[in-house]
Amino acid sequence: MTLFDVMDILDAKLLVGRKLLNTKVDTAFSADLLSDVLAYARPGSVLLTGLTNPQVVRTASVLDIAAIVIVRGKIPPAETLRLAEELEIPIMATHYILFESSGRLYRHGIVGCIQKVGADEIVAL
Amino acid sequence: MQYENSYPVKGGDFKEAGKVAVLVKMALKKMGVAPEILRRAAIAAYESEVNIISYARMGTIRLQVRDDHIRIDVEDEGPGIEDIELAMRPGYSTATELIRELGFGAGMGLVNIKSCSDEFEITSEVNQGTKLRILFRIPETG
Repeated sequence: MTLFDVMDILDAKLLVGRKLLNTKVDTAFSADLLSDVLAYARPGSVLLTGLTNPQVVRTASVLDIAAIVIVRGKIPPAETLRLAEELEIPIMATHYILFESSGRLYRHGIVGCIQKVGADEIVAL
Repeated sequence: MQYENSYPVKGGDFKEAGKVAVLVKMALKKMGVAPEILRRAAIAAYESEVNIISYARMGTIRLQVRDDHIRIDVEDEGPGIEDIELAMRPGYSTATELIRELGFGAGMGLVNIKSCSDEFEITSEVNQGTKLRILFRIPETG
């Protein structure tokens, strides 16, 4: 599907990146921890998160993320949007919660950019 | 291919976190480094940058690019790490609320740096600082 479809499915409002809405996507990663995003998100995926700071945009840029979906009805601060314009990362905002957003996309064929984190990477504390 | 640059990072400057990582990515992209390697180097730079901002007074991230490798040297002036083995354990963190608000401090930083690099070395002296040597090999093409 395209980012336009993502927007439609999540009833999302586009905040940055109208020109990039035809970008095709088929994977996503959802997290509120940027360390996990840095470790596991794959290029070309949609990033769903409740974080709104400029670090989300920088993380997305470093990882070549296709678009950021801000969940739970949050609106990012102006500096985040400015940075997204500068680094050409589309941002959209949805009122759905993270679980619901992920589920709706999954139902339409978007899958996780990874399914599991390897067993050897889980270490009991 | 030969390129070197040094990026200063100020401790406590949370707003700026990620800036150096984006600069590193752009520099490597401009030099035509393969996306997969470039990505790993930028991730390591990002985590290193967040570590300096979170824990040290100041630090430097030095980027060196050669035909067959990328090297990132991170050096900070700060509290150092007493127990490196513990600090390398996934999930172990001494992060403050400020760091966590940013979306970091999950105790994955050093682990991430190590797992995305081809060689990783960490040395630290308590009350002086921490040094990371991170290497990414560039395979020969053609």
